[in-house]
Amino acid sequence: MSEFSTALSLAFDLLRHADPVLVDIVLRSLRVSLLALAMAGVLGFALAALITVTRFPGRTALIIGINAAMALPPVVVGLAVYLLLSRAGPLGGWGLLFSPTAMVIAQVVLVTPLICGLARQTLEDAWREYAELFASLDLGTLRALSTLLVETRHSLLTTLLAGFGRAISEVGAVLIVGGNIAHVTRVMTTTIAMETSRGNLALALALGLILIFIALLVNAGVFFTRELAARQGA
Amino acid sequence: MRLRQWIVVALLFGFLHAATAEENVITLSSTTSTQASGFFDYYLPLVKKATGVEVRVIAVGSGQALKLGEQGDADVLLVHDKAGELAFVEAGYGEDRREVMYNDFIVVGPGKDPAGIKGQQDVVQALKAIAKAKAAFASRADDSGTHRTELRLWALAEVDARAASGTWYKELGTGMGETLNTTVGLEGYTLSDRATWLTFGNRGSLRVLVEGDPRLFNQYSLILVSRKKHPNVKAEAARRFVDYMTSGEGQAAIAAFKVGGESPFKPNYRGGE
Amino acid sequence: MNTTPLLPLRCEGLCFRAGDLTLLNDVNFTLEAGGITAVLGPNGAGKTLLLKLCHGLLLPTTGRLQWQHTPTDLRARQAMVFQKPVLLRRSVAANIEFALKVRGLASDERSRRTRDMLARTGLAALAERPARVLSGGEQQRLALARAWAGNPEILFLDEPAANLDPAAARTVEELITTIAASGSKVVIATHDLAQVRRIAQDVLFLHRGRVLGQGSVRGFFECPPNETAAAFLRGELYW
Repeated sequence: MSEFSTALSLAFDLLRHADPVLVDIVLRSLRVSLLALAMAGVLGFALAALITVTRFPGRTALIIGINAAMALPPVVVGLAVYLLLSRAGPLGGWGLLFSPTAMVIAQVVLVTPLICGLARQTLEDAWREYAELFASLDLGTLRALSTLLVETRHSLLTTLLAGFGRAISEVGAVLIVGGNIAHVTRVMTTTIAMETSRGNLALALALGLILIFIALLVNAGVFFTRELAARQGA
Repeated sequence: MRLRQWIVVALLFGFLHAATAEENVITLSSTTSTQASGFFDYYLPLVKKATGVEVRVIAVGSGQALKLGEQGDADVLLVHDKAGELAFVEAGYGEDRREVMYNDFIVVGPGKDPAGIKGQQDVVQALKAIAKAKAAFASRADDSGTHRTELRLWALAEVDARAASGTWYKELGTGMGETLNTTVGLEGYTLSDRATWLTFGNRGSLRVLVEGDPRLFNQYSLILVSRKKHPNVKAEAARRFVDYMTSGEGQAAIAAFKVGGESPFKPNYRGGE
Repeated sequence: MNTTPLLPLRCEGLCFRAGDLTLLNDVNFTLEAGGITAVLGPNGAGKTLLLKLCHGLLLPTTGRLQWQHTPTDLRARQAMVFQKPVLLRRSVAANIEFALKVRGLASDERSRRTRDMLARTGLAALAERPARVLSGGEQQRLALARAWAGNPEILFLDEPAANLDPAAARTVEELITTIAASGSKVVIATHDLAQVRRIAQDVLFLHRGRVLGQGSVRGFFECPPNETAAAFLRGELYW
């Protein structure tokens, strides 16, 4: 139990002194996960909107596949991406393994199905409401899609937050494709795993608390931005 | 809007990715024990200063470390699994194997010591006692150098430990640090390398109970990944790294690395192995 | 409008089947320009369905819809207001502007027309309010304003006052009359006899998917064409 109180004071110390190693790791975690989130968001929303608004052969199979992919184990995704990017693999020539880029790729694979699956549900509910109006206004597919996305922006934001959570908290995939290389591919979660394996439990816990703290900041920021927008009548 | 987004994404990719394609940056595939001890944090800046080579370490189990070499995802290996290393070189994946430093294994166990092995000089006798007492023993069971050494010692003790898997003998499949964490939780015994143990922060009631037996000797070797199999390896920079580590200066630096007053690794390069 | 008018619309032999059910059967009528036509009938008669078929939201199983002129922007020259108003999650003014933007109007023209519409529908004071917090009657007026803003040649209304209290319903009816007077043909589905008498000139009487009467409102009320129609006018036809 004393581990927890030690961890708490350790976390405060690390934050107060803005330990440069810590800052480096935190910034890298954010860079990798936010970039992955941006890409997964674009892909996921576009795919979800398309599935909602159009019909095509294989649509049902695709929906089932995406929903199943939400449960992809991160370590399996990491392994698959590693085999793809390995020198001995098909994309080896690109030399992407053990780089932040590889980590972004792995996280995009993990987060896109989640965003797509959740967004699709939101969009379908909204589509039921708007489909006839959009047809009556003769909007055309592209405009219907973008209007639908704008109308559901608040729920979609929550979807993005879910995606961010999945990305920033994941350790299995980034460990395999990134290699936890100091100053290059080391992020918060891989550091926590490493310190745990070194038996430095209080430090690992402290880093975990900092990670949670960052997640809180992100969510609080989003919440208050929304409040502000709502007050301005959006 | 779509095109602009793609350009931004492409730029970000390129930016994130820019650093990896340099000639003086090599990837070293090594084991978790060397990393856990803090050896690389100490040693690699010295390497950079002396040779200009930046070494990036991927720390995994010995089995996986060798596999990375086979796939060509590393430029040089530093592992401690002689049988595996020789097979690696035999198969043509590695060249110029050099034995560079050693440390030793120890048997750690709970303060209570139900098997009564404290101070035992003969590790084989100690293992026999553990098996007889059916005391909890945690095995890494991950095909690492440590694991293979452990299995060899059980064989010498004429104990079929694996048959008891799931009872007193626990096969974990994890690295040294994780295995030690589990051993603390079990209040059991395990075979650990000294380097990891020296820097391990969660010892609980575990103590060093058996050490010094010559069979606990643990040799680390450097192997360059074969240029023939993988023309993309940074052969020149890797060679500079290996030459430094086996040079007088590099070897002295290994001995100078201390944790809690002890040197986890002792240099023993004897020129042209 | 200096283009060929869409009306009259001739419907011949319209049938709509969904699975085993025949929801509209052999519907024939002609919709002429000008005034308000009421599509009258009890619940389940097929009124909403008929409106959607005319507006092009659904395709008939058999039969044809023949407009006098079929341009590429056929749908854009029509508008429809649904029983429950569907409004975007934005301000009242923005809802109207959205519909105008879709038609490709320039920014200043859009603002001008929006302000005009808001004034004409009595919603000017609510212009910046989020559309979704309006009362039922106000929302329906907004839906009408949005539809009217595009100067539709024909406006389909699906029981627009059905969920409103009498005062709100009256306001909506006045607006509908104004719209019709401004030149749009109005086709209104309703089961409200008094409403038909108040605002419509022609009536199309539907019962269980069939047309059982059509003609002027006065003629229909004074001389119902058959017993079913008469029963309905007496308030004795339940479905």
